[in-house]
Amino acid sequence: MCRIGAIKSRKYLHPSKALKLMRSQQKGHDNSGFAMVMQDLGGVFENYKDLPILSLACTDEGMRIADNILHEAGFVRIMQWAPETHPREWLKIEPMPNYIFLVLQYPKSYKYASKEEKEELLVDIRLKIRKALEVNDEGFVYSFWPDVLTLKEIGDPTDIGEYFGLWEENDELRAKIITAQCRQNTNYDIVRYAAHPFFLQGYTALANGENTFYEKNRDFQKKLYKGYIGFESDSQCFLYTLHYVHKILKWPLMYYKHVITPLPFEEIELREDREVLKKIRASLAHLEINGPNTIIGVLPDGTVFTCCDSKKLRPVVVGYTDDTAIITSEVTGINEILPDRDWEQDIYPNEREMVVINNDLEVQRWQQ
Amino acid sequence: MATMRVNELAKDDLFWQIEYKHDRCTLCGRCVAACPFKAIEARVERRRKVISDDITPNPKVIFQTVPVIKQVVDEYNFCRGCGICEKVCPNDAIRPVRNPDHRFQAKYRSVTGDPFKRGGRNNLVTSARTLDKIKIGRISQMTDPSLDAQRHTFDLLAPFGRVLPPQEIPFEIKDGKLVERENTPPVRWIYPIIIGDMSIGALSWRMWEALAIATAYLNEEAGIPIRMCSGEGGVPVRLLKSRYLKYMILQIASGHFGWNRIINAMPDMVEDPAGILIKIGQGAKPGDGGLLQAKKVAKHIQEIRGVPKADLLSPPNHQGLYSIEESVQKMFLSFNAAFKFRVPVAIKVAASATSVSVYNNLLRDPYNIVGGFFLDGIDGGTGAAHEISLDHTGHPIVSKLRDCYLAAVHQGKQGQIPLWAAGGMGKGWNLAADAFKMICLGANGIFTGKLMLQLAGCVGNDNGKCNACNTGLCPVGICTQNPVLVKRLDIDKVAENIVNYFLSVDHELKKLMAPIGNSSLPVGRSDALIATDKAVADRLKIQYAC
Ligand code: SF4
Ligand code: SF4
Repeated sequence: MCRIGAIKSRKYLHPSKALKLMRSQQKGHDNSGFAMVMQDLGGVFENYKDLPILSLACTDEGMRIADNILHEAGFVRIMQWAPETHPREWLKIEPMPNYIFLVLQYPKSYKYASKEEKEELLVDIRLKIRKALEVNDEGFVYSFWPDVLTLKEIGDPTDIGEYFGLWEENDELRAKIITAQCRQNTNYDIVRYAAHPFFLQGYTALANGENTFYEKNRDFQKKLYKGYIGFESDSQCFLYTLHYVHKILKWPLMYYKHVITPLPFEEIELREDREVLKKIRASLAHLEINGPNTIIGVLPDGTVFTCCDSKKLRPVVVGYTDDTAIITSEVTGINEILPDRDWEQDIYPNEREMVVINNDLEVQRWQQ
Repeated sequence: MATMRVNELAKDDLFWQIEYKHDRCTLCGRCVAACPFKAIEARVERRRKVISDDITPNPKVIFQTVPVIKQVVDEYNFCRGCGICEKVCPNDAIRPVRNPDHRFQAKYRSVTGDPFKRGGRNNLVTSARTLDKIKIGRISQMTDPSLDAQRHTFDLLAPFGRVLPPQEIPFEIKDGKLVERENTPPVRWIYPIIIGDMSIGALSWRMWEALAIATAYLNEEAGIPIRMCSGEGGVPVRLLKSRYLKYMILQIASGHFGWNRIINAMPDMVEDPAGILIKIGQGAKPGDGGLLQAKKVAKHIQEIRGVPKADLLSPPNHQGLYSIEESVQKMFLSFNAAFKFRVPVAIKVAASATSVSVYNNLLRDPYNIVGGFFLDGIDGGTGAAHEISLDHTGHPIVSKLRDCYLAAVHQGKQGQIPLWAAGGMGKGWNLAADAFKMICLGANGIFTGKLMLQLAGCVGNDNGKCNACNTGLCPVGICTQNPVLVKRLDIDKVAENIVNYFLSVDHELKKLMAPIGNSSLPVGRSDALIATDKAVADRLKIQYAC
């Protein structure tokens, strides 16, 4: 089973926190991978908040291909950072030759472009690079967005941490929001794109479970937006629905839960907003999910939330202090990172609930 | 040598031959009285008998005239194999026996110069149905626990009405919540099985009433929100003015029969009907209009339909409609307007090579006014039709339903015009399995007709038994207006059987949803299915398993 976690803090944190969060839940995952998305970056990226960062794992040829595409589109490289790697023979990891995080300046022609135009450009370019890299298996591009970087690797999470030197805290790599998953997606092939967290235009989602409505979700999502591609994992559907409901339809976040796990009709009928809920249920029937799931999501503004399937068939717990909040699969993870919190405040969300943590670290419980 | 007329109809030409045991018969006459087709009659025969009256044997021959039951041999009063005579005979003295070497349809046509007509379904299909070659093969295991059919709740409801894509719903955000700015097309959430359109006229009033009672009972007592379609030809005014109208989908076909009554009753309606179904075509005799023969146009039918006693032919097309766009404009708009846009309006077409184009076109309908696409395949059939149409025209439903669904997927518009499909549903007696598989293939729900008749006591089957729905002499009172025959039907019993059947279907549907771990209908979840036939798997784009 996947173990997932999200840390949100007022302070910039080092990814070692995420590794520790995951390691204590180790018995629950199969050591087939580790992946994380860092948002609201500090360290070497702190001064580039508005500039998009491309997260890339690739061969030398892949690097050249990406460079060409970026150059052709008019992007200018501002800064490049790569983690120092520590190859050892005994490490269980299948690394790529290069891990690169490129900070880029938008093309000149976009000087007066709107936020939306820039956002579309980033998706277009990422998809273009992805496609070009796929031709000869030259690499993977995970995210292309301001203030966000993504790392995904196949292997034992402890060893992955070792390889990238992530167990030692330093000032280079830091973020206020870190989401992480241990274990690759094992339902299908082990491919890097299949690892959570999934990211699109400022939205991050990761899930523990199985989406039995995967086929319905995918068939519907394929037509909704150009960025809904890949579908290497059934959990990607949760990200796309989040993006669709919140970014494209511009509905308030609470409707995400109404879309993926609609209330039973009996309960809908008792509510004042029944007509709205029935409309949503009819219109987005193909985005409903079924099957056991816990989802953690992050919005572009830094809001972090969690919710479950309609039967609450997968665990999740939320623990927090004044300056840090954690959502993760098992409480052992939180105990490791926040041993001194008031554990009586821990929240085990129910099947009708969303737990939402805003930028003031306020923890809210929304009932569906 | 006696003369012989080889061209005359003989007993061995008939579908069914009466096997009569003279020695068991007490001549009670019940069989003759019960046979509605006058296919048997009491006659006398001259019999040679050897008797001996003496103490010692002294045989002598006498000739006696004895009464017997004889099969009628003619093109009109022929035995339908319904077995009613056998059912009523207290002494097992009579029964019909299928004649595998019959040549009746050839004889009938060559003598009468008239196409052979009958009721029932297609008689030619002998192999297993497509749905029987499909299994529910994706069972939840450890990682995605299956549900408990008894303990968990299931949402077994399907939409009926035009479903808008989310960006077209007139939502605005007020205080962080979505509210509707204006009205949208009506959508009703109903049970995914509809009792299909069978008209009052084709059915006896008792049969029709039994269906209506079962529908009301299922809704009000059993909590199963099933709907029934009236069929063409109107509805009793009493029902139109009653609160039970909300369970009725009113049908209009090309004959427009009964609609003046419906329109006249509108001011007195206390409830809106469940929907309007515009019938363009039906699957049992695609391309043909309806036909209610004069002998079935009894007085009450004349009243409901507002017609004299005559053959009632619905034309094969809606006059004046020559394109899909026109049909949208004229029919849908007018019928929506009639009920002030509060009642979903759907369309029923016969499955055909062209149905996908029709569906594609409707999906692009700019008025958002088509509330359902009812697709009717061959293998349905409740009423009378030309045999040639029943057996040789039409399109099986399963692949056509799938094509329509995938066409909608291709447009990214699945679910916007709910798909309802029928044609042989429940033919293997298991409606829940058929419904479930069709839903996984993309249907929102199904409708069913013939099975309802069979639950009511129709003695017909798909091998040519009975199938006399066209004669107006249904031996069990289901599709006849003959008062004597209609009385054979026990309304309450029929309603009870139908209710019970649906209770079991409801339970069985849950028993199928639970193992795949779904608490709502798995529309389009074809990954839950496997086909044991490669061709079926390829055609329907589902997994092949062997
Ligand atoms: S089987 Fe039916 S049609 Fe034939 S003789 Fe008996 S009652 Fe009449
Ligand atoms: S019993 Fe009645 S309904 Fe059934 S096939 Fe015969 S005539 Fe038709």
